[in-house]
Amino acid sequence: MKKDNLIISKKKFNSRLIIGTGKYKSMNECAKAIKISGANIVTVAVRRVNITDKKKPLLMDYIDPKKITYLPNTAGCFNSDEALRTLRLAREIGGWKLVKLEVLGDKKNLFPEMIETLKSTEILTKEGFKVMVYCNDDPLMAKRLENVGAAAIMPLAAPIGSGLGILNKVNIQIIRDQTKLPLIIDAGLGQASDASIAMELGCDGVLVNTAIAKAKKPFEMAKAFKNAVIAGRQSFLSGRIEKKVMGSASSPKKGII
Amino acid sequence: MKKKIKIKINGKINKIDDKTKLSDLVKNLKVPLKKVAIELNREIVDKKNLNKINLKVNDKIEIVHFIGGG
Repeated sequence: MKKDNLIISKKKFNSRLIIGTGKYKSMNECAKAIKISGANIVTVAVRRVNITDKKKPLLMDYIDPKKITYLPNTAGCFNSDEALRTLRLAREIGGWKLVKLEVLGDKKNLFPEMIETLKSTEILTKEGFKVMVYCNDDPLMAKRLENVGAAAIMPLAAPIGSGLGILNKVNIQIIRDQTKLPLIIDAGLGQASDASIAMELGCDGVLVNTAIAKAKKPFEMAKAFKNAVIAGRQSFLSGRIEKKVMGSASSPKKGII
Repeated sequence: MKKKIKIKINGKINKIDDKTKLSDLVKNLKVPLKKVAIELNREIVDKKNLNKINLKVNDKIEIVHFIGGG
């Protein structure tokens, strides 16, 4: 069988699970959860160095960027200028071109500001970035992102950190049917089965942070998500049966006593 | 005694010697150069050129790195 890799901008990844590295109790916990999850890609944020406390542990000391692909994000940016500044700095740290763009529009629901997102995607793509774009589950906007050169479409399942799971499966299905770009569900998943549903809809991957980091047992949940992504993908590739209203007996009628 | 000037590093005011080189400042702060990016007055500085830059009064420096995030 051909190897079923996740391919983003011609780069191959074994795992279809992407892990966000925020909200963990410690860097140790985060690194261990990533290992257990089998993820090849992790999102990271760009922030000021603490120049007064030099003993503060550095992310790169716990998660080796040579082994795990860092996906710098623009979390916390509320307009295009902030997002562009952040990703240009991220690239400067070590040549990162594969990035996650996330421009937020509202501090409470954390929904993406799609006009700024679209503008930023276009500029960053022209600057040579491979932009994976956090977006609404709006098929028309997803199309526009594709048209300006997005490297991956990453619609939310539900608000960031909400744990509600995929709220609008129909929209995700429509986006899947219209694009050949990698489609990755980003944000809002709450439990492992949510990841299976995403994969069964034909998504190429899922990005999970809070659901693992804030689970009572993060390591167990990391494992559960790993298995759920694999199961969902296998289920998708296996071709599900048609849905019927009436029953269809599993045992043959012939030979009934 | 050397003249002191005020600059901002990561949003905080610092007093340094006038005409301190950016490379010396970074060295004094013990910044792990390979793991950071540096901005001077909103422009990204090529890390190869740090020793060519003399800091001036009111310069604004940002030194950033990667931390955990979603």
